[in-house]
Amino acid sequence: MREFGYERADDVSGAVALLAADPDARFLGGGTNLVDLMKTGVERPARLVDVRELPLDGIEPTADGGLRIGATVTNSDLAAHPAVRRSYPALTQAVLAGASGQLRNMATVGGNLLQRTRCGYFTDVSKPCNKRVPGSGCPAITGEHHNHAILGASGHCVAVHPSDMGVALAAFDAVVTYETADGPGESPLTDFYLPVGDTPDRETALPPGALITGITLPPAPVAARSRYRKVRERASYAFAIGSAAAALDVEDGVVRDARLAFGAVASRPWRARAAEEVLIGRPADGETFAAAADAELGAARPLPDNGYKVTLMRNLVVAVLTELAEEAAR
Amino acid sequence: MAPAPSSTSSAVVLNINGEKHQLTVDHRTTLLDALRERLDLTGTKKGCDQGQCGACTVLVDGRRAVSCLNLAVAAEGREITTIEGMAEGDRLHPVQQAFLDLDGYQCGYCTPGQICSAIAVIEEHAAGWPSAATEDVRPEAGPPPLTPEEIRERMSGNLCRCGAYVSIVQAVARAAGADEAAVGEDDANQGETAKETAA
Repeated sequence: MREFGYERADDVSGAVALLAADPDARFLGGGTNLVDLMKTGVERPARLVDVRELPLDGIEPTADGGLRIGATVTNSDLAAHPAVRRSYPALTQAVLAGASGQLRNMATVGGNLLQRTRCGYFTDVSKPCNKRVPGSGCPAITGEHHNHAILGASGHCVAVHPSDMGVALAAFDAVVTYETADGPGESPLTDFYLPVGDTPDRETALPPGALITGITLPPAPVAARSRYRKVRERASYAFAIGSAAAALDVEDGVVRDARLAFGAVASRPWRARAAEEVLIGRPADGETFAAAADAELGAARPLPDNGYKVTLMRNLVVAVLTELAEEAAR
Repeated sequence: MAPAPSSTSSAVVLNINGEKHQLTVDHRTTLLDALRERLDLTGTKKGCDQGQCGACTVLVDGRRAVSCLNLAVAAEGREITTIEGMAEGDRLHPVQQAFLDLDGYQCGYCTPGQICSAIAVIEEHAAGWPSAATEDVRPEAGPPPLTPEEIRERMSGNLCRCGAYVSIVQAVARAAGADEAAVGEDDANQGETAKETAA
């Protein structure tokens, strides 16, 4: 591991100033991803600015009935918060579906958004990777890619974003807020992650040196009946091979409102707007749910060894929407 | 403006099991390595060193964490509790006693991490935290009973290569005061599931 300096930031402006002064510096949150990447040499910061003690650890209701979640809130505290469990239960389920109890106690909301892909070529510095070393190539396209992207990938990178939390946040129109040396900014989560294109190394719309300060969830009555379902290769403590956050509002057997986002299928949490359009105004039945899944997955471009994900996601969407419709009918 | 040169080591005071320890650490030193290599607290074990096996689990400010991904310098000012700090004199912590009584181990290497994790699991459950095994996470549904399924999910961050999971689940349930008869019956049916879940 490269030697590095360490500072603890007392306030947001101080943290931002420290990073602005040193392009080789990184913010340290829970460290569950960054420290691991430093051990393997993927990340080689010259300086860490520890932001865990910044006063960004609150979860507060907003005036319009949404929630404001601070960037240093741990995954555990987010998942356990009564307002989250009541108004956005799929968000609690998504967070609890990720990692382990130990890691959720350490990991922060801001860090979760900025965690890197677990693509085996990205995490192995002896291999080429366009995300890690632009222009070096993508061995995954012709190599090991059974858990890689089926939507929105490019010929330069087919890695998936590993977050569970981000999938629920994408479904619920979360907005990421940040601070820079030039002042504050914000971005809807669905625009926060950039299209892959030919620059897979550029992952987010965050300006250089910016510090994520929190997430704002707008009010979403539909989210009160929501679920997160995750498929993985073992029953617990594994990354998804496919997941879905879904919310459904059904009246007289007809879908009034719906939210749907997919995980482990793209370089970012994938908001399934084409599927939502099919759902709204149609009967809440299996035929509609399958048509909605097909509307979104029609754009899938699987690789030779991950075509199973198209079927998996279709079945998952039908299953989770059926569960929500049955819950609504009770 | 060029960044000011930054020192790559720091003098820190670590608060471990109620005692303060002064030492100078290279910033690259993990809490795990500081405990084992600098402070002779070798109860905390190094397994994967990548946050995946749970052998290095300790409590940080009362919450379980993997010490291999915590930097020692970042642990200054926090209360660290290791397996060495769990017993009161010769009186074992109830979780330690339950692991002994119910053979919650074979080789013992993962055991300190399992016990630290289990102590925190029982507290998290008592605080009403749901888990991925909880059917209804809404607060009005109330806290979930600490079933074997809940224990397996909550303990899934601690691997046991000997496969002592069935006894570990029973030990956690006994220490938590969960209904032991129900645990025994359930495990007779679900022993295989327990292994799969926690592996």
